[in-house]
Amino acid sequence: MMETLILFSPLVGAILCGFGWKFIGETAAQWVATGLLFFACVLSWIVFLTHDGVTETINILRWIESGTLSTEWAIRLDRLTATMLIVVTTVSALVHLYSFGYMDHDPQWKEGESYKPRFFAYLSFFTFAMLMLVTSDNLVQMFFGWEGVGVASYLLIGFYYRKPSANAAAIKAFVVNRVGDFGFALGIFALFFLVDSIRFDDIFAAAPTLAETQLTFLWTEWNAANLIAFLLFIGAMGKSAQLLLHTWLPDAMEGPTPVSALIHAATMVTAGVYLVCRMSPLMEFAPEAMAFVTFLGATTAFFAATVGLVQNDIKRVIAYSTCSQLGYMFVAAGVGVYSVAMFHLFTHAFFKAMLFLGAGSVIHAMHHEQDMRNYGGLRKKIPYTFAAMMIGTLAITGVGIPLSGWIGFAGFASKDAVIESAYAAGPMGYAFWMLVIAALFTSFYSWRLMFLTFYGKPRGDKHTHEHAHESPMVMLIPLGVLSLGAVFAGAIWYNSFFGHTDSVAKFFGVPYAEAGEHSAEGDGHGETASHGETADAGHGEDAKGGEHHYVFAGQPGQGAIYVGPDNNILNEAHEVPKWVKVSPFIAMLLGLGTAYWFYIVNPKLPKRLAESQRPLYLFLLNKWYFDEIYDFLFVQPAKGLGRLLWKRGDGNVIDGSINGVAMGFIPMLTRLAGKAQSGYIFTYAFFMVIGIAALVTWMTLSGGAH
Amino acid sequence: MDNLLSIVTFLPALAALILLVFLRGDDDAANRNAKWLALIATSATFLISLFILAQFDAQNTGFQMVEQGEWLLGLQYKMGVDGISVLFVMLTTFMMPLVIAASWDVSHRVKEYMIAFLLLETLMLGVFMALDLVLFYLFFEAGLIPMFLIIGIWGGKNRIYASFKFFLYTFLGSVLMLVAMVGMFADAGTTDIEQLLVHQFGSETFSVLGVQIVGGLQTLLFLAFFASFAVKMPMWPVHTWLPDAHVQAPTAGSVVLAAILLKMGGYGFLRFSLPMFPVGADVLTPLVLWMSAIAIVYTSLVALVQEDMKKLIAYSSVAHMGYVTMGIFAGNQQGIDGAIFQMISHGFISGALFLCVGVIYDRMHTRDIDAYGGLVNRMPAYALIFMLFTMANVGLPGTSGFIGEFLTLMGIFQVNTWIAAVATSGVILSAAYALWLYRRVVMGDLIKESLKTITDMTRRERAIFAPLVIATILFGVYPAPILDTIGPSVEALVSNYQTALAAAESATQVAVNH
Repeated sequence: MMETLILFSPLVGAILCGFGWKFIGETAAQWVATGLLFFACVLSWIVFLTHDGVTETINILRWIESGTLSTEWAIRLDRLTATMLIVVTTVSALVHLYSFGYMDHDPQWKEGESYKPRFFAYLSFFTFAMLMLVTSDNLVQMFFGWEGVGVASYLLIGFYYRKPSANAAAIKAFVVNRVGDFGFALGIFALFFLVDSIRFDDIFAAAPTLAETQLTFLWTEWNAANLIAFLLFIGAMGKSAQLLLHTWLPDAMEGPTPVSALIHAATMVTAGVYLVCRMSPLMEFAPEAMAFVTFLGATTAFFAATVGLVQNDIKRVIAYSTCSQLGYMFVAAGVGVYSVAMFHLFTHAFFKAMLFLGAGSVIHAMHHEQDMRNYGGLRKKIPYTFAAMMIGTLAITGVGIPLSGWIGFAGFASKDAVIESAYAAGPMGYAFWMLVIAALFTSFYSWRLMFLTFYGKPRGDKHTHEHAHESPMVMLIPLGVLSLGAVFAGAIWYNSFFGHTDSVAKFFGVPYAEAGEHSAEGDGHGETASHGETADAGHGEDAKGGEHHYVFAGQPGQGAIYVGPDNNILNEAHEVPKWVKVSPFIAMLLGLGTAYWFYIVNPKLPKRLAESQRPLYLFLLNKWYFDEIYDFLFVQPAKGLGRLLWKRGDGNVIDGSINGVAMGFIPMLTRLAGKAQSGYIFTYAFFMVIGIAALVTWMTLSGGAH
Repeated sequence: MDNLLSIVTFLPALAALILLVFLRGDDDAANRNAKWLALIATSATFLISLFILAQFDAQNTGFQMVEQGEWLLGLQYKMGVDGISVLFVMLTTFMMPLVIAASWDVSHRVKEYMIAFLLLETLMLGVFMALDLVLFYLFFEAGLIPMFLIIGIWGGKNRIYASFKFFLYTFLGSVLMLVAMVGMFADAGTTDIEQLLVHQFGSETFSVLGVQIVGGLQTLLFLAFFASFAVKMPMWPVHTWLPDAHVQAPTAGSVVLAAILLKMGGYGFLRFSLPMFPVGADVLTPLVLWMSAIAIVYTSLVALVQEDMKKLIAYSSVAHMGYVTMGIFAGNQQGIDGAIFQMISHGFISGALFLCVGVIYDRMHTRDIDAYGGLVNRMPAYALIFMLFTMANVGLPGTSGFIGEFLTLMGIFQVNTWIAAVATSGVILSAAYALWLYRRVVMGDLIKESLKTITDMTRRERAIFAPLVIATILFGVYPAPILDTIGPSVEALVSNYQTALAAAESATQVAVNH
């Protein structure tokens, strides 16, 4: 019941706000939407905190049923869902509140135009679609949410519909996402073909069989589990802006800043990570696909961080940062530590949403100026925003006490967990080094942003700087709440996501057993599965490792995630060498030091460096030229081909040759008809048809009587 | 009511007759009466047709509410519906009142206009209900004439060319079908569709002039019917009449053409081609599937570069019909369920899209995409409705457009993954052309001087869209009413089809062994 309320209150809010504002007034409509979101948020926290790890399913309505295909609108509640519920509703509620301030007196609109209810309705609609995505118990409903958030994103990116750049960005986001959806859809079809169901429970149960199955797809045979995992991941690449399908995310910054915080930082873009974690029972049986996920995640983390180094638009820096952090999450998922992927997703939602909202506050203060080259020295003017941004930066760069594990800002705990997992999976491997280098770059560009914005002398328009003002309370309160998350979220939930196996297993509702007796548990099958009992034995001393080592012992589909019997990365990640654990911290210090030297000590240096290394600088500034390459490879050829097929294909070939006879025929008839301008031909035809109809009617009536 | 189907079918024709005989004059009052009579007649037809739905038993896979009677020249009059056809009947009766309401501003030859549409409804309903070959052919062909007139009399500048192209294309296709029908009668000795459905046409391979014809008679018959239905669909590469016809047709004509007339081809495949000539269908399935896949990509690419709104939507229609033929010839439950669903849903969506074009065409008298831009500034309600149907057109989940597309793709994946992959790429292209159109027409700043005074939709226009909006969302969220109605009949169709193929297979085996 509670889950159903959480799910539908944003939809009700969207409808009431979007259609009802004319009756209840603009402000009331906005409060209705926001109030319903806070209501959902409170319920979500209750669900999250009281959730005991046991998977529940709530059926709502029949959906697509065709032959053996049976789909329902349903809610599946487990730890993954519960985690996503609080992430989505919390950030969304705060963003709603924040938007009261940010969207007030938006200079994009003329006096008297009602744009606010539309904005709030879109936000609420987005939240509904996102909740549908995370609560789904089957892939088709997930696809509904998946495309639903795509539409919401499209509408919100193009919110300033008078701006051509915003419209272009909106279309780009939708179409690029559709490329990902193309893979996602094929993955769903393949699963239905092999499993005869698209419900998670059935898919999970069939996962071991899929690993043994070969599937003919296009030109050759594939291992079914790998192929499907790969196809689904293509969907994830689109939604989560991973390399090759990332080009839409920076452009999406055309949308109002609260949108960037909600959709393009905290929630929608993490849907891909959620999908991979959700499908963990399948992923565990698809080692090659997972290797690809790891590789692509690591590459994206590195790539996006390099581009972030040189961007000047404050929002674009954070956008590339998001892209890069998503890469981290995929690495964690790719090496099989799903709990850590979710951990970083969870902490990232708080600090990245806050960075965006903070950036929004700066932009608001600076009268919608977004170029950091025109900022500078703002820390006195907007102290609260500065404090929040500082906390966000400390969180994303991963400041904490080295070797303590969890004592530090949220990003410290989760990012280090990702890097340690990457090392455990492949010591000195590609992923590990990419992530460490990316950590260095992250630190550099994050501090660069801080230094350029808040330190040094004011640059740019003097008038704007003089009128820079702190944002209103409705904008500062969300920043405050999120900063709590950015500070504490890592430390509080460290053990749940990245503790020892038993605590993680308990949190995710996965059965576990003591190491070594895994195979001997046969007699107590029922008990082991109901995780609670065996836990008590070693509960006291497990915190520090002790004698008791545990391993995951669930079957695919038991609990929220599945970890295969051979996957011991979570344990090994705790055992990595000390220098590995310290390496992200050192990378962070190096980045901080360089940024300090570049932007505080010697502010002329960056410019000189850019000039001496011009090709490299341009390469980074132009985002490795992905947009240009895609335009050349796909957009222009598609248009050219379309024109060719239309003029030559339809025009010359089809109309010309196949119907050569008719083409000679039609002009002749046309001439004939031309002679009969007075319309005789039509009158004639007209009476002919009436005659036929009358005949048929008459015969029916007389015939039917016999 | 023993002759419910006939009542529904001929009620519009009766109204047309009344108009013809009793309505005199060409003044405003007469025109108003013509419109009202047409609206009342089509609405009444819809209401009465609800009884068909109420009486219909989905679990019964045979023909229901059958009416049979002697006719002249030894022919028979036979009507009936089953799970395959009943929803097409409902789609027709549902759309026609909206079509009439959308024609409220017609001023040229109003009486004849209404008569043409009323007759067209009768003929279309007849196509979906006829259970006799001759009767079917009569309805099928006669339907061309009112449509020909609608384009030719009330169409745009180039209407003569378009109307003849339309007529010739579809008529030439049908001639082959007529020949095949004669052949069927010669072979089976009956024109009764119910009996033809259980008759087994020869499928032994024979050679004509040295050419081996695999599947024999069935293949030939299939090809002849295919010529007619493929043009009607229309399938690539015989689709070029459709964009021209749509562009020249008046709005209401386009709506009928897209929403109902195009469905006759798909219905024909399901009524004749698949069940009557299973072996022939099987032989030619690869060809049809590739034609469908090519159609989806080809026409989507062409749609991308169109400069005329109606042409763009017409090409998009061809692409959507590609999913239909693909689903039908996947030959499994999901494919055919999806194909029927797609046809019904396309009826709402393409109808609504053509109405959307009509709304602004009525105001600006141009279909040039470049003549618009920034309409959202003055027409927010229009922007919203156009957005909804644009999204439905690209198959957004939650709208009815998704379910048909999804099911057909799911069906084809089980048969051929190449076709599935090519066809699925259509979802990318459709998003590109549909949103690109929307952006150029609706988004942006309103700078064109001519648009500065454009007004938003009137109450009448909104009322026309309301049922379509409801249907699109309702069946997208809760498709059970449609899927439950067609499910059992499709199941029977699929199992008969597969059984027939298996039987033919084993017969060939036996022949080889001897």
